[in-house]
Amino acid sequence: MDSSPVMAPAGTFAGQPTVLSLSRRVAAKLRGAPLISLGILALLVFTAVFADFLAPHNPEVGNLRLRYRPPAWETRGSAEFILGTDHMGRDVLSRIIYGSRISLIVAVAAVLVAGIIGTTLGLLSGYIGRWVDQVIMRVTDTWLALPPVLFAILLAAVLQSSTWKIPSKWNIVIILGVVFWTRYARVIRGEVLSLKERDYVRLAIVAGCSRLKIMWTHILPNVANSAVVLATLQIGVVIVAEATLSFLGVGVAPPEPAWGLMASEGKAGLMTGYWWLSVLPCLCIMLVVLAASSLGDWFRVWSDPQLRQL
Amino acid sequence: MSDKLVEIRDLKKHFPVMKGLVFQETIGLVKAVDGVSYSIGSGETVGLVGESGCGKTTTMKMVLMLEKPTSGAIIFRGQDIQSLAGKDLKAYRKGVQAVFQDPYSSLNPRIRVGDIIAEPLVVNESLPRAKVKERVQELLSLVGLRPGAADLFPHEFSGGQRQRIAIARALSLNPSLIILDEPVSALDVSIRAQIMNLLQDLQEQFGVSYLLIAHDLAAVLHLSTTVAVMYLGKIVELATSEQLRTQPLHPYAQALFSAALPVHPDEQREEIIVTGEIPSPLNPPSGCRFHPRCPFVKPICSEVEPVLKQIDTDHQVACHLFG
Amino acid sequence: MAQPVLELKQLQTYFFSAQGTRVVKAVDGVTFTLNEGETLGIVGESGSGKTVTSMSILRLLPAAARIVGGEMWFQGENLLTKSEREMRALRGSQLTMILQDPMMSLNPLFTIGEQIAEPLRIHRHMRGTRLVERIKELLRGVRIPSPEVRLREYPHQMSGGMRQRIVGAICISCEPRLLIADEPTTSLDVTIQAQYLSLLKDIQKEKRLAMIFITHNIGIIAKMCDNVGVMYAGKLVERAPVRTIFNNPAHPYTEALLHAVPSLTERTDRLWSIEGQPPDLANPPAGCPFNPRCPKAEDRCRREVPPEFQVGENHYTRCWLWEGR
Repeated sequence: MDSSPVMAPAGTFAGQPTVLSLSRRVAAKLRGAPLISLGILALLVFTAVFADFLAPHNPEVGNLRLRYRPPAWETRGSAEFILGTDHMGRDVLSRIIYGSRISLIVAVAAVLVAGIIGTTLGLLSGYIGRWVDQVIMRVTDTWLALPPVLFAILLAAVLQSSTWKIPSKWNIVIILGVVFWTRYARVIRGEVLSLKERDYVRLAIVAGCSRLKIMWTHILPNVANSAVVLATLQIGVVIVAEATLSFLGVGVAPPEPAWGLMASEGKAGLMTGYWWLSVLPCLCIMLVVLAASSLGDWFRVWSDPQLRQL
Repeated sequence: MSDKLVEIRDLKKHFPVMKGLVFQETIGLVKAVDGVSYSIGSGETVGLVGESGCGKTTTMKMVLMLEKPTSGAIIFRGQDIQSLAGKDLKAYRKGVQAVFQDPYSSLNPRIRVGDIIAEPLVVNESLPRAKVKERVQELLSLVGLRPGAADLFPHEFSGGQRQRIAIARALSLNPSLIILDEPVSALDVSIRAQIMNLLQDLQEQFGVSYLLIAHDLAAVLHLSTTVAVMYLGKIVELATSEQLRTQPLHPYAQALFSAALPVHPDEQREEIIVTGEIPSPLNPPSGCRFHPRCPFVKPICSEVEPVLKQIDTDHQVACHLFG
Repeated sequence: MAQPVLELKQLQTYFFSAQGTRVVKAVDGVTFTLNEGETLGIVGESGSGKTVTSMSILRLLPAAARIVGGEMWFQGENLLTKSEREMRALRGSQLTMILQDPMMSLNPLFTIGEQIAEPLRIHRHMRGTRLVERIKELLRGVRIPSPEVRLREYPHQMSGGMRQRIVGAICISCEPRLLIADEPTTSLDVTIQAQYLSLLKDIQKEKRLAMIFITHNIGIIAKMCDNVGVMYAGKLVERAPVRTIFNNPAHPYTEALLHAVPSLTERTDRLWSIEGQPPDLANPPAGCPFNPRCPKAEDRCRREVPPEFQVGENHYTRCWLWEGR
């Protein structure tokens, strides 16, 4: 350990921190992380990425003669279709696997879109203030007054009848992004209002920085943390929203295997005993949402030193 | 007196107090700074000393253009800063920098120290990267920090070291004036002396002027050439450090001396215990603002406000006891 | 001589990290005695352990800290063996504390009257008009005008100085034997500080209170204290009566501290400064904790921690330079 010499010339630091190995530091930092949630989400990502290799059958084309087969552990089930088949004879497992890709893409993309819109508006609103703030906040209030699902349906109808022919997946991303940005704007604005008063922002003004530079260099990195926490908490919400839209028929269009859509197509089967058509996709939704929320919660506490009580 | 670097003339800042949710009306004025005049020469230090509500912080913010004066002028090198725009405004920003009180909020925790120090340079001059790096190293060694410090983040430094970083940043553009807002009050006692010595050395080396704002009378007297004692938005006494030390005239200035803590248990000092609380700047007392608490109050004090009168060369007092 | 109010012998309070791997020796061997009517000043900078010492006396330590050694005797009773229930009976009545920030000590949702009433209700079981009279008496005792009006007001309606006086009133309400004041005037203006300190001194004289004053300001020590303890990095490096400390400081740190402050009366060109930084308590230097910054450090200082040596009457220091003198 490098110890300072006696009567050190002003400027030596008081001792060097001992350097732990990288793995020790990572392990110490991640202490307390919800491993099961991380595992579930890791599995989701893995499945989404390697769907082509993991799915035993084609998710979109089925054999009508093999329809309504139950999962393997029931009588009449077979190992060929581990989770059974749906009303079109398509393999449920393969559809779930490919469905993970849709859920993941839509969730991440929608959260990104919502995050970027919301954070930008919150930043401008909080830092510039005055009439910009008033306008943005009133817009936010109005937006929040609209019931999200109805609003989404409205938007979906509008987009579907528009002349652009965007694949339905990206429609959903835009819709969800547009519906969910308000939470970010509010939270980020609040943080920006208090960050504005920090000494280092004042010093940046004194140094001659432009407003844009201050927002980009000084404010944004310090609110990024909150934005990320919000995003992790919103992933669950967005997945459910996507599933809801698909369930209602205004989300992802068949034959694409979105979990919500699968639940919708299979709902008739709940009455007639073909439970696996709806229940299995819903189980997946539930697991992923729980995992994402749990992770988001842990991250919120972990990233805020005060809450960690160190 | 136009050879002075900065001249403050009858500076006032009144904050309106609003009431009402939808239709706001002004029901009062907080007269935070109410007619303050002094000047800062090249290479000298002017200290503003006073307690809460005296207006020293607001004055400083106006000089830094963080607040707009209600009336009065701040003349920098012969130009009123309120009329500055464009290139002239830039030149002003380059000439006047600041170091604030709290070393923990003065540095952006997400930016490396080298970039923090270089920011004023990068914003105001277009120097090649290598030159900027060189300058940062130069500044680090000027304030007594190791060159390797540039790559570290603020949280790896102690309070005293952070203030050194803040000082290095303030020096980066070779300003003519640095505003020091309570630069050492948040630091440990043993570190305060280090920083005060550093500030003195830098002034000797570069001839930079300081506007020092502090509540610690001893520190202000130690570092300043001229001292202005402020009370509730006004200057009550303006004198050189030596004159104030040997002969404080205004009762409030005397009270500050008396209230300051002794350096030895046997130290005898005239006890001038000022009674009562510091009044709110929303409703300052009539006449002389200090009269309700003044041990030498006369009838005229509650009626007529005293003005700063020259008692001696470089010594002015605003008090009815003197002229 | 009457029994001392407080006696600490080699008190050790350590902080343990969550896995128990890192230890911070926040207080490491503090010894002193405090008698009735005396004021002890504990002076030190941040990280010196002065606040942890006071928290140890009150047994109000955070979960990560534990008293691992030493003795604490309050009026002849062992504080370390008391149960939490017994400690609660002591706190607020016999043993009280004034903290630095009055806004944090007072609950913004309750009136002043209610807050002063609290210890009186709990410890003295006072009610009704007797309680109200006592509250008014206490407010008058801390020189707050118009107590009948004040007791219905809320903390935010008062200035900082008044709030600290109310905290003072709460503290002396049950006639304590020991009052610990932890930087009570740091957030106050200079003239208000002077008023407050003179108030504390008067109260102490009147009630024969034993006080511990914790501060980083040697001016307060000079004004208020009879005895002084100087702390550095968790160790009590010097203790002596106040005049001895100022006239004959034994420890190099004490000496440097006394000279680091600018004088009001004399003009000095440069201040004595102590180079370097206070040590990181998780990784303290070997030997005497002050050795990296000490102008008189010798080889032994870098290797071994000095024990307490006697310098004079009631004057002790932890410094190898005073061995065997």
